[in-house]
Amino acid sequence: MALSSVLKSVWARPVAHLLCLLPLLLLIWAALDGQLGANPVEKLSHETGQWALRLLMLTLALGPFRQWTGEASWIRFRRMFGLYAYFYSCCHFAIWFIADHSFDLSDMFEDVIKRPYITLGFSAFVLLLPLALTSNQSMIRRLGRKWKTLHKLVYAILLLTVLHFLWQVKADYLEASIYAIIAAVLLLHRVGPVRRLKLKSFIAAR
Amino acid sequence: MIKIKKRWEIPESEVTPESLYRQRREFIKSAGVVGGALLLNPFAGAQASYSVDGYQKNSMSLDEEITAEEDATSYNNFYEFGTGKDDPKKNSQRFRTDDWTIEVGGHCEKPGTYGLDDLIRPHALEERIYRLRCVEAWSMVIPWIGVPLSSILNTMQPTSAAKYVAFRTLHDPARMPGQQRSVVPWPYREGLTMAEAMHPLTLVSVGMYGKTMPNQNGAPIRLVVPWKYGFKSIKSIVSIEFVEEEPKTSWNMILPDEYGFYSNVNPEVDHPRWSQKKERRIGDIFKRETLMFNGYQEEVADLYDDLDMKVNF
Repeated sequence: MALSSVLKSVWARPVAHLLCLLPLLLLIWAALDGQLGANPVEKLSHETGQWALRLLMLTLALGPFRQWTGEASWIRFRRMFGLYAYFYSCCHFAIWFIADHSFDLSDMFEDVIKRPYITLGFSAFVLLLPLALTSNQSMIRRLGRKWKTLHKLVYAILLLTVLHFLWQVKADYLEASIYAIIAAVLLLHRVGPVRRLKLKSFIAAR
Repeated sequence: MIKIKKRWEIPESEVTPESLYRQRREFIKSAGVVGGALLLNPFAGAQASYSVDGYQKNSMSLDEEITAEEDATSYNNFYEFGTGKDDPKKNSQRFRTDDWTIEVGGHCEKPGTYGLDDLIRPHALEERIYRLRCVEAWSMVIPWIGVPLSSILNTMQPTSAAKYVAFRTLHDPARMPGQQRSVVPWPYREGLTMAEAMHPLTLVSVGMYGKTMPNQNGAPIRLVVPWKYGFKSIKSIVSIEFVEEEPKTSWNMILPDEYGFYSNVNPEVDHPRWSQKKERRIGDIFKRETLMFNGYQEEVADLYDDLDMKVNF
Protein backbone atom coordinates (compact mmCIF):
# COMPACT_ATOMS: atom_id res chain seq x y z
CA MET A 1 0.00 0.00 0.00
CA ALA A 2 2.09 2.90 1.31
CA LEU A 3 5.33 1.59 -0.17
CA SER A 4 3.74 0.85 -3.49
CA SER A 5 2.20 4.30 -3.80
CA VAL A 6 5.48 5.98 -2.85
CA LEU A 7 7.39 4.02 -5.48
CA LYS A 8 4.75 4.66 -8.11
CA SER A 9 4.22 8.31 -7.28
CA VAL A 10 4.97 10.89 -9.99
CA TRP A 11 7.51 12.36 -7.58
CA ALA A 12 9.44 9.15 -7.16
CA ARG A 13 11.65 9.52 -10.23
CA PRO A 14 12.53 13.22 -9.83
CA VAL A 15 13.34 12.63 -6.16
CA ALA A 16 15.49 9.60 -7.04
CA HIS A 17 17.37 11.67 -9.65
CA LEU A 18 17.97 14.37 -7.09
CA LEU A 19 19.21 11.89 -4.49
CA CYS A 20 21.59 10.33 -7.00
CA LEU A 21 22.97 13.74 -7.94
CA LEU A 22 23.19 14.98 -4.36
CA PRO A 23 26.67 13.52 -3.64
CA LEU A 24 28.02 15.24 -6.75
CA LEU A 25 26.38 18.54 -5.86
CA LEU A 26 27.73 18.36 -2.31
CA LEU A 27 31.23 17.64 -3.62
CA ILE A 28 31.10 20.56 -6.04
CA TRP A 29 29.81 22.78 -3.26
CA ALA A 30 32.60 21.64 -0.91
CA ALA A 31 35.20 22.15 -3.65
CA LEU A 32 34.07 25.71 -4.35
CA ASP A 33 33.99 26.40 -0.63
CA GLY A 34 37.47 24.94 -0.07
CA GLN A 35 36.06 22.26 2.22
CA LEU A 36 37.69 19.20 0.64
CA GLY A 37 40.60 19.21 3.11
CA ALA A 38 44.35 19.10 2.59
CA ASN A 39 44.21 16.61 -0.28
CA PRO A 40 41.16 17.51 -2.41
CA VAL A 41 42.16 15.21 -5.27
CA GLU A 42 42.27 12.19 -2.98
CA LYS A 43 38.98 13.23 -1.37
CA LEU A 44 37.22 13.56 -4.74
CA SER A 45 38.70 10.29 -5.93
CA HIS A 46 37.62 8.37 -2.83
CA GLU A 47 34.15 9.92 -2.72
CA THR A 48 33.30 9.34 -6.39
CA GLY A 49 34.69 5.80 -6.22
CA GLN A 50 32.64 4.98 -3.15
CA TRP A 51 29.48 6.47 -4.64
CA ALA A 52 29.96 4.39 -7.77
CA LEU A 53 30.19 1.29 -5.58
CA ARG A 54 27.25 2.28 -3.39
CA LEU A 55 25.01 2.91 -6.39
CA LEU A 56 26.12 -0.33 -8.00
CA MET A 57 25.15 -2.19 -4.86
CA LEU A 58 21.88 -0.32 -4.64
CA THR A 59 21.12 -1.36 -8.24
CA LEU A 60 21.70 -4.97 -7.31
CA ALA A 61 19.73 -4.63 -4.09
CA LEU A 62 16.49 -3.81 -5.93
CA GLY A 63 15.93 -7.48 -6.81
CA PRO A 64 16.18 -8.58 -3.18
CA PHE A 65 14.03 -5.60 -2.14
CA ARG A 66 11.36 -6.82 -4.53
CA GLN A 67 11.46 -10.31 -3.07
CA TRP A 68 11.55 -9.20 0.54
CA THR A 69 8.76 -6.67 0.23
CA GLY A 70 6.74 -8.32 -2.51
CA GLU A 71 6.67 -4.98 -4.25
CA ALA A 72 7.66 -5.07 -7.94
CA SER A 73 7.98 -1.31 -8.44
CA TRP A 74 11.54 -1.27 -7.08
CA ILE A 75 12.69 -2.50 -10.47
CA ARG A 76 11.61 0.75 -12.10
CA PHE A 77 14.72 2.36 -10.62
CA ARG A 78 17.25 -0.25 -11.70
CA ARG A 79 18.34 1.42 -14.93
CA MET A 80 18.55 4.84 -13.30
CA PHE A 81 20.75 3.66 -10.42
CA GLY A 82 22.92 1.59 -12.74
CA LEU A 83 23.54 4.55 -15.02
CA TYR A 84 24.36 6.78 -12.06
CA ALA A 85 26.82 4.16 -10.84
CA TYR A 86 28.45 4.37 -14.26
CA PHE A 87 28.38 8.17 -14.10
CA TYR A 88 30.26 8.20 -10.77
CA SER A 89 32.74 5.63 -12.02
CA CYS A 90 33.44 7.95 -14.99
CA CYS A 91 34.12 10.81 -12.54
CA HIS A 92 36.35 8.51 -10.50
CA PHE A 93 38.27 7.48 -13.62
CA ALA A 94 38.57 11.05 -14.92
CA ILE A 95 40.02 12.37 -11.64
CA TRP A 96 42.64 9.62 -11.63
CA PHE A 97 43.48 10.03 -15.31
CA ILE A 98 43.81 13.80 -15.05
CA ALA A 99 45.39 14.34 -11.63
CA ASP A 100 47.52 11.21 -11.31
CA HIS A 101 48.50 10.81 -14.95
CA SER A 102 48.21 14.32 -16.34
CA PHE A 103 46.26 13.11 -19.42
CA ASP A 104 49.16 10.79 -20.36
CA LEU A 105 47.70 7.56 -21.80
CA SER A 106 50.94 5.56 -21.83
CA ASP A 107 51.63 6.60 -18.23
CA MET A 108 48.10 5.51 -17.35
CA PHE A 109 48.35 2.12 -19.03
CA GLU A 110 51.66 1.41 -17.32
CA ASP A 111 49.78 1.77 -14.03
CA VAL A 112 46.89 -0.40 -15.30
CA ILE A 113 49.30 -3.19 -16.23
CA LYS A 114 51.65 -3.03 -13.25
CA ARG A 115 49.28 -2.44 -10.34
CA PRO A 116 46.81 -5.26 -9.72
CA TYR A 117 44.34 -3.12 -7.78
CA ILE A 118 44.26 -0.66 -10.67
CA THR A 119 43.93 -3.51 -13.18
CA LEU A 120 40.80 -4.61 -11.32
CA GLY A 121 39.31 -1.14 -11.01
CA PHE A 122 40.03 -0.29 -14.61
CA SER A 123 38.50 -3.60 -15.80
CA ALA A 124 35.35 -2.86 -13.84
CA PHE A 125 35.17 0.59 -15.44
CA VAL A 126 35.65 -0.78 -18.96
CA LEU A 127 33.11 -3.57 -18.43
CA LEU A 128 30.51 -1.06 -17.32
CA LEU A 129 30.57 0.65 -20.72
CA PRO A 130 28.69 -2.01 -22.75
CA LEU A 131 26.11 -2.22 -19.97
CA ALA A 132 25.59 1.53 -20.03
CA LEU A 133 25.37 1.58 -23.84
CA THR A 134 22.71 -1.15 -23.90
CA SER A 135 20.59 0.39 -21.15
CA ASN A 136 17.79 1.57 -23.37
CA GLN A 137 14.54 0.13 -24.67
CA SER A 138 15.67 -0.38 -28.25
CA MET A 139 18.84 -2.27 -27.26
CA ILE A 140 16.84 -4.48 -24.93
CA ARG A 141 14.52 -5.33 -27.83
CA ARG A 142 17.32 -5.83 -30.32
CA LEU A 143 19.45 -8.03 -28.09
CA GLY A 144 16.58 -10.15 -26.80
CA ARG A 145 17.83 -13.03 -24.67
CA LYS A 146 21.43 -11.95 -25.13
CA TRP A 147 20.70 -8.74 -23.22
CA LYS A 148 20.10 -10.68 -20.01
CA THR A 149 23.30 -12.66 -20.46
CA LEU A 150 25.28 -9.51 -21.17
CA HIS A 151 23.95 -7.76 -18.11
CA LYS A 152 25.03 -10.64 -15.87
CA LEU A 153 28.42 -8.94 -16.20
CA VAL A 154 27.29 -6.67 -13.41
CA TYR A 155 28.11 -9.40 -10.86
CA ALA A 156 31.68 -9.63 -12.12
CA ILE A 157 31.90 -5.84 -12.02
CA LEU A 158 30.77 -5.76 -8.39
CA LEU A 159 33.35 -8.37 -7.47
CA LEU A 160 36.13 -6.50 -9.31
CA THR A 161 35.15 -3.23 -7.65
CA VAL A 162 35.17 -4.65 -4.13
CA LEU A 163 38.55 -6.30 -4.72
CA HIS A 164 39.85 -3.02 -6.15
CA PHE A 165 38.86 -1.41 -2.85
CA LEU A 166 40.21 -4.18 -0.58
CA TRP A 167 43.54 -4.43 -2.40
CA GLN A 168 44.59 -0.88 -1.62
CA VAL A 169 43.98 -1.03 2.12
CA LYS A 170 47.15 -0.37 4.12
CA ALA A 171 46.20 -1.86 7.48
CA ASP A 172 42.66 -0.94 8.46
CA TYR A 173 40.24 -3.27 6.66
CA LEU A 174 37.12 -2.16 8.52
CA GLU A 175 35.53 0.09 5.90
CA ALA A 176 36.38 -2.04 2.88
CA SER A 177 35.17 -5.16 4.72
CA ILE A 178 31.74 -3.65 5.31
CA TYR A 179 31.37 -3.14 1.54
CA ALA A 180 32.70 -6.65 0.92
CA ILE A 181 30.12 -8.18 3.27
CA ILE A 182 27.22 -6.30 1.64
CA ALA A 183 28.51 -7.33 -1.80
CA ALA A 184 28.77 -10.93 -0.63
CA VAL A 185 25.14 -10.88 0.57
CA LEU A 186 24.00 -9.45 -2.77
CA LEU A 187 25.92 -12.06 -4.75
CA LEU A 188 24.84 -14.94 -2.51
CA HIS A 189 21.27 -13.82 -2.94
CA ARG A 190 21.53 -14.78 -6.60
CA VAL A 191 22.93 -18.24 -6.07
CA GLY A 192 22.15 -19.61 -2.67
CA PRO A 193 19.40 -20.30 -0.24
CA VAL A 194 19.31 -16.59 0.61
CA ARG A 195 17.19 -16.27 -2.48
CA ARG A 196 14.38 -18.23 -0.92
CA LEU A 197 14.45 -16.10 2.19
CA LYS A 198 11.34 -14.08 1.62
CA LEU A 199 10.74 -11.50 4.26
CA LYS A 200 7.01 -11.51 3.67
CA SER A 201 6.52 -15.20 4.26
CA PHE A 202 8.95 -14.97 7.16
CA ILE A 203 6.79 -12.35 8.79
CA ALA A 204 3.60 -14.22 7.89
CA ALA A 205 4.94 -17.41 9.50
CA ARG A 206 5.17 -15.63 12.82
CA MET B 1 90.29 24.74 10.37
CA ILE B 2 88.03 24.80 7.38
CA LYS B 3 84.43 24.17 8.19
CA ILE B 4 82.31 22.97 5.33
CA LYS B 5 78.98 24.72 5.48
CA LYS B 6 76.06 22.40 5.32
CA ARG B 7 72.96 23.40 3.42
CA TRP B 8 70.72 23.12 6.45
CA GLU B 9 72.97 25.02 8.83
CA ILE B 10 72.68 28.60 9.95
CA PRO B 11 75.72 30.87 10.29
CA GLU B 12 76.69 30.86 13.95
CA SER B 13 77.15 34.62 13.89
CA GLU B 14 73.41 35.11 13.51
CA VAL B 15 72.58 34.34 17.11
CA THR B 16 74.62 34.74 20.26
CA PRO B 17 74.78 31.68 22.45
CA GLU B 18 73.46 33.58 25.46
CA SER B 19 70.30 34.89 23.87
CA LEU B 20 69.81 31.48 22.37
CA TYR B 21 69.99 29.91 25.79
CA ARG B 22 67.39 32.31 27.12
CA GLN B 23 65.12 31.80 24.15
CA ARG B 24 65.44 28.08 24.53
CA ARG B 25 64.32 28.35 28.13
CA GLU B 26 61.37 30.41 26.94
CA PHE B 27 60.34 27.70 24.51
CA ILE B 28 60.42 24.95 27.09
CA LYS B 29 58.77 27.15 29.69
CA SER B 30 55.98 28.29 27.44
CA ALA B 31 55.31 24.70 26.57
CA GLY B 32 55.04 23.96 30.28
CA VAL B 33 53.02 27.05 31.12
CA VAL B 34 50.21 26.00 28.84
CA GLY B 35 49.35 23.26 31.28
CA GLY B 36 49.04 25.71 34.19
CA ALA B 37 47.11 28.32 32.25
CA LEU B 38 44.62 25.73 31.25
CA LEU B 39 43.41 25.34 34.80
CA LEU B 40 41.62 28.65 34.38
CA ASN B 41 40.63 27.96 30.84
CA PRO B 42 37.10 26.94 29.92
CA PHE B 43 38.61 24.52 27.40
CA ALA B 44 40.53 22.71 30.13
CA GLY B 45 41.42 19.24 29.06
CA ALA B 46 42.55 20.38 25.68
CA GLN B 47 46.18 21.14 24.96
CA ALA B 48 46.57 23.83 22.35
CA SER B 49 49.84 24.08 20.55
CA TYR B 50 51.46 27.27 21.66
CA SER B 51 53.29 30.03 19.86
CA VAL B 52 56.95 30.38 20.82
CA ASP B 53 60.01 32.07 19.43
CA GLY B 54 62.91 30.49 21.26
CA TYR B 55 64.74 28.97 18.35
CA GLN B 56 67.27 29.73 15.72
CA LYS B 57 65.59 30.57 12.43
CA ASN B 58 66.68 28.50 9.51
CA SER B 59 68.57 30.16 6.73
CA MET B 60 68.47 27.14 4.47
CA SER B 61 65.49 27.89 2.32
CA LEU B 62 64.17 24.99 0.41
CA ASP B 63 63.27 26.39 -2.96
CA GLU B 64 59.79 25.06 -2.39
CA GLU B 65 56.72 26.51 -0.82
CA ILE B 66 56.02 25.60 2.80
CA THR B 67 52.84 23.56 3.20
CA ALA B 68 49.93 25.43 4.75
CA GLU B 69 49.98 24.93 8.51
CA GLU B 70 46.28 24.06 8.45
CA ASP B 71 47.00 21.21 6.00
CA ALA B 72 50.01 19.88 7.90
CA THR B 73 47.99 19.77 11.12
CA SER B 74 44.75 18.31 9.72
CA TYR B 75 45.98 15.61 7.33
CA ASN B 76 47.91 13.11 9.41
CA ASN B 77 48.82 9.47 9.64
CA PHE B 78 48.90 8.80 13.37
CA TYR B 79 47.00 5.53 13.89
CA GLU B 80 47.18 5.94 17.67
CA PHE B 81 44.35 8.43 17.17
CA GLY B 82 42.53 6.68 14.32
CA THR B 83 43.26 5.53 10.79
CA GLY B 84 41.49 8.32 8.88
CA LYS B 85 43.56 11.31 7.82
CA ASP B 86 41.37 13.68 9.84
CA ASP B 87 41.09 11.36 12.88
CA PRO B 88 44.33 12.41 14.64
CA LYS B 89 43.30 16.06 14.85
CA LYS B 90 39.76 15.13 15.96
CA ASN B 91 40.74 12.48 18.49
CA SER B 92 43.89 13.96 20.01
CA GLN B 93 42.50 17.24 21.33
CA ARG B 94 42.27 15.97 24.90
CA PHE B 95 45.66 14.29 24.85
CA ARG B 96 47.94 15.68 27.58
CA THR B 97 51.69 15.43 27.54
CA ASP B 98 52.55 16.95 30.94
CA ASP B 99 55.51 15.42 32.78
CA TRP B 100 56.52 13.47 29.71
CA THR B 101 59.43 11.13 30.29
CA ILE B 102 61.57 9.03 28.02
CA GLU B 103 63.09 5.72 29.05
CA VAL B 104 66.67 5.37 27.82
CA GLY B 105 68.30 1.97 27.90
CA GLY B 106 70.50 -0.60 26.21
CA HIS B 107 74.13 -0.15 25.32
CA CYS B 108 74.92 3.27 26.75
CA GLU B 109 76.70 4.77 29.78
CA LYS B 110 73.79 6.97 30.86
CA PRO B 111 70.61 4.91 30.87
CA GLY B 112 67.61 6.05 32.88
CA THR B 113 64.39 8.01 32.80
CA TYR B 114 64.79 11.44 31.23
CA GLY B 115 62.29 14.26 31.52
CA LEU B 116 61.54 16.03 28.25
CA ASP B 117 63.10 19.22 29.65
CA ASP B 118 66.34 17.54 30.69
CA LEU B 119 66.67 16.01 27.29
CA ILE B 120 66.05 19.13 25.18
CA ARG B 121 67.15 22.06 27.34
CA PRO B 122 70.93 21.60 27.06
CA HIS B 123 70.74 21.95 23.29
CA ALA B 124 70.12 24.77 20.84
CA LEU B 125 66.70 24.57 19.26
CA GLU B 126 66.72 25.24 15.56
CA GLU B 127 64.22 25.44 12.77
CA ARG B 128 64.70 23.08 9.85
CA ILE B 129 62.56 23.22 6.75
CA TYR B 130 62.35 19.69 5.40
CA ARG B 131 60.40 17.81 2.78
CA LEU B 132 58.24 15.04 4.23
CA ARG B 133 57.46 12.22 1.79
CA CYS B 134 54.78 9.73 2.83
CA VAL B 135 54.94 6.17 1.55
CA GLU B 136 51.39 6.80 0.23
CA ALA B 137 52.87 9.12 -2.44
CA TRP B 138 51.98 12.52 -1.01
CA SER B 139 54.39 15.05 0.45
CA MET B 140 54.65 18.27 2.42
CA VAL B 141 57.29 20.88 3.29
CA ILE B 142 57.35 21.51 7.02
CA PRO B 143 59.28 23.96 9.22
CA TRP B 144 60.23 21.79 12.17
CA ILE B 145 61.71 23.02 15.45
CA GLY B 146 64.08 20.67 17.19
CA VAL B 147 67.59 19.52 17.90
CA PRO B 148 69.79 17.08 16.04
CA LEU B 149 69.19 13.57 17.37
CA SER B 150 72.97 13.12 17.55
CA SER B 151 73.29 15.86 20.22
CA ILE B 152 70.78 14.05 22.40
CA LEU B 153 72.17 10.57 21.82
CA ASN B 154 75.71 11.75 22.56
CA THR B 155 74.70 12.82 26.07
CA MET B 156 73.61 9.24 26.69
CA GLN B 157 77.06 8.00 25.69
CA PRO B 158 76.28 4.96 23.59
CA THR B 159 78.92 2.22 23.77
CA SER B 160 80.57 0.48 20.82
CA ALA B 161 78.07 -2.36 21.16
CA ALA B 162 75.29 0.01 20.05
CA LYS B 163 74.64 -0.66 16.36
CA TYR B 164 71.02 0.49 16.14
CA VAL B 165 68.66 2.77 18.01
CA ALA B 166 65.14 1.53 18.69
CA PHE B 167 62.28 3.94 19.42
CA ARG B 168 58.82 3.39 20.82
CA THR B 169 55.63 5.46 20.92
CA LEU B 170 53.50 5.75 24.05
CA HIS B 171 51.14 2.80 24.52
CA ASP B 172 48.13 4.01 26.47
CA PRO B 173 44.77 3.09 24.88
CA ALA B 174 42.90 5.28 27.37
CA ARG B 175 44.73 8.36 26.10
CA MET B 176 45.27 7.16 22.54
CA PRO B 177 41.86 5.83 21.49
CA GLY B 178 43.15 4.43 18.18
CA GLN B 179 45.03 1.83 20.21
CA GLN B 180 41.73 0.30 21.32
CA ARG B 181 41.69 -1.47 17.94
CA SER B 182 44.67 -3.64 17.06
CA VAL B 183 45.27 -2.30 13.56
CA VAL B 184 48.98 -2.19 14.42
CA PRO B 185 50.69 -4.33 17.08
CA TRP B 186 51.08 -1.62 19.73
CA PRO B 187 53.25 0.06 20.78
CA TYR B 188 54.41 1.57 17.50
CA ARG B 189 58.10 0.81 16.96
CA GLU B 190 60.74 2.33 14.75
CA GLY B 191 64.50 2.16 14.45
CA LEU B 192 67.59 3.56 12.75
CA THR B 193 71.15 2.39 12.30
CA MET B 194 73.61 4.22 14.51
CA ALA B 195 75.00 6.03 11.46
CA GLU B 196 71.51 7.19 10.43
CA ALA B 197 70.68 8.28 13.96
CA MET B 198 73.92 10.29 14.26
CA HIS B 199 73.50 11.91 10.84
CA PRO B 200 73.25 15.71 11.13
CA LEU B 201 69.98 15.77 9.14
CA THR B 202 68.19 13.54 11.66
CA LEU B 203 66.14 15.72 13.95
CA VAL B 204 64.31 15.29 17.22
CA SER B 205 61.42 17.69 16.87
CA VAL B 206 59.40 19.40 19.61
CA GLY B 207 57.57 21.94 17.48
CA MET B 208 56.58 23.14 14.03
CA TYR B 209 55.45 26.39 12.40
CA GLY B 210 56.87 28.32 15.33
CA LYS B 211 54.71 26.51 17.86
CA THR B 212 55.00 23.56 20.20
CA MET B 213 54.26 20.23 18.55
CA PRO B 214 50.51 19.77 17.96
CA ASN B 215 49.16 16.53 19.41
CA GLN B 216 48.16 15.20 16.00
CA ASN B 217 51.71 15.66 14.73
CA GLY B 218 53.34 13.67 17.52
CA ALA B 219 53.48 15.79 20.68
CA PRO B 220 55.53 16.34 22.63
CA ILE B 221 58.55 14.84 20.90
CA ARG B 222 58.99 13.04 17.61
CA LEU B 223 61.62 12.05 15.12
CA VAL B 224 62.11 13.65 11.70
CA VAL B 225 64.20 11.68 9.21
CA PRO B 226 63.66 13.61 5.98
CA TRP B 227 65.21 11.15 3.50
CA LYS B 228 63.01 8.28 4.65
CA TYR B 229 59.28 7.64 4.21
CA GLY B 230 57.20 9.44 6.81
CA PHE B 231 56.36 6.39 8.92
CA LYS B 232 60.02 6.18 10.01
CA SER B 233 59.58 9.54 11.78
CA ILE B 234 58.04 8.04 14.91
CA LYS B 235 55.77 10.23 17.04
CA SER B 236 55.20 10.73 20.80
CA ILE B 237 58.39 8.90 21.76
CA VAL B 238 58.63 7.33 25.23
CA SER B 239 61.55 4.96 24.76
CA ILE B 240 65.01 5.08 23.20
CA GLU B 241 67.11 1.94 23.32
CA PHE B 242 70.61 1.26 22.01
CA VAL B 243 70.71 -2.27 20.59
CA GLU B 244 73.06 -4.61 18.75
CA GLU B 245 70.58 -6.24 16.38
CA GLU B 246 68.31 -4.59 13.83
CA PRO B 247 65.19 -3.73 15.86
CA LYS B 248 61.69 -4.73 14.85
CA THR B 249 59.71 -1.91 13.25
CA SER B 250 55.91 -1.75 13.14
CA TRP B 251 55.11 -1.55 9.42
CA ASN B 252 57.72 -4.17 8.70
CA MET B 253 56.08 -6.44 11.29
CA ILE B 254 52.67 -6.06 9.63
CA LEU B 255 53.72 -6.28 5.96
CA PRO B 256 57.38 -7.32 5.62
CA ASP B 257 57.21 -7.50 1.80
CA GLU B 258 56.01 -3.93 1.55
CA TYR B 259 57.86 -1.97 4.23
CA GLY B 260 61.56 -2.55 4.82
CA PHE B 261 63.70 -1.50 7.76
CA TYR B 262 65.47 1.19 5.72
CA SER B 263 62.49 2.66 3.83
CA ASN B 264 64.58 5.33 2.17
CA VAL B 265 62.62 7.47 -0.27
CA ASN B 266 63.47 5.87 -3.60
CA PRO B 267 61.62 6.50 -6.88
CA GLU B 268 63.35 3.45 -8.38
CA VAL B 269 61.90 0.95 -5.92
CA ASP B 270 58.13 0.78 -6.10
CA HIS B 271 55.85 -0.21 -3.29
CA PRO B 272 54.57 -3.67 -4.35
CA ARG B 273 51.09 -2.23 -4.86
CA TRP B 274 51.80 1.27 -6.15
CA SER B 275 54.42 3.40 -7.86
CA GLN B 276 56.85 5.56 -5.89
CA LYS B 277 58.04 7.50 -8.94
CA LYS B 278 55.77 10.44 -8.33
CA GLU B 279 54.13 12.18 -5.43
CA ARG B 280 51.42 14.73 -4.87
CA ARG B 281 52.66 17.73 -2.93
CA ILE B 282 49.83 18.76 -0.62
CA GLY B 283 48.32 21.87 -2.20
CA ASP B 284 48.96 20.65 -5.76
CA ILE B 285 46.63 18.91 -8.18
CA PHE B 286 49.16 17.19 -10.42
CA LYS B 287 51.93 14.92 -9.25
CA ARG B 288 55.63 15.70 -9.34
CA GLU B 289 58.69 13.49 -9.68
CA THR B 290 59.90 11.97 -6.42
CA LEU B 291 63.57 12.71 -5.73
CA MET B 292 66.11 10.08 -4.69
CA PHE B 293 66.43 10.16 -0.89
CA ASN B 294 63.69 12.80 -1.04
CA GLY B 295 66.22 15.31 -2.38
CA TYR B 296 68.84 14.66 0.32
CA GLN B 297 71.04 12.42 -1.82
CA GLU B 298 74.04 14.73 -1.48
CA GLU B 299 73.92 14.40 2.29
CA VAL B 300 73.01 10.77 2.87
CA ALA B 301 73.83 8.66 -0.20
CA ASP B 302 77.22 7.58 1.19
CA LEU B 303 75.48 5.92 4.15
CA TYR B 304 74.23 3.30 1.72
CA ASP B 305 77.27 2.74 -0.50
CA ASP B 306 77.51 -0.91 0.50
CA LEU B 307 73.82 -1.62 0.43
CA ASP B 308 71.66 -2.99 -2.38
CA MET B 309 68.68 -0.67 -2.07
CA LYS B 310 66.40 -3.06 -3.97
CA VAL B 311 66.98 -5.77 -1.38
CA ASN B 312 67.25 -3.44 1.60
CA PHE B 313 64.27 -1.30 0.63
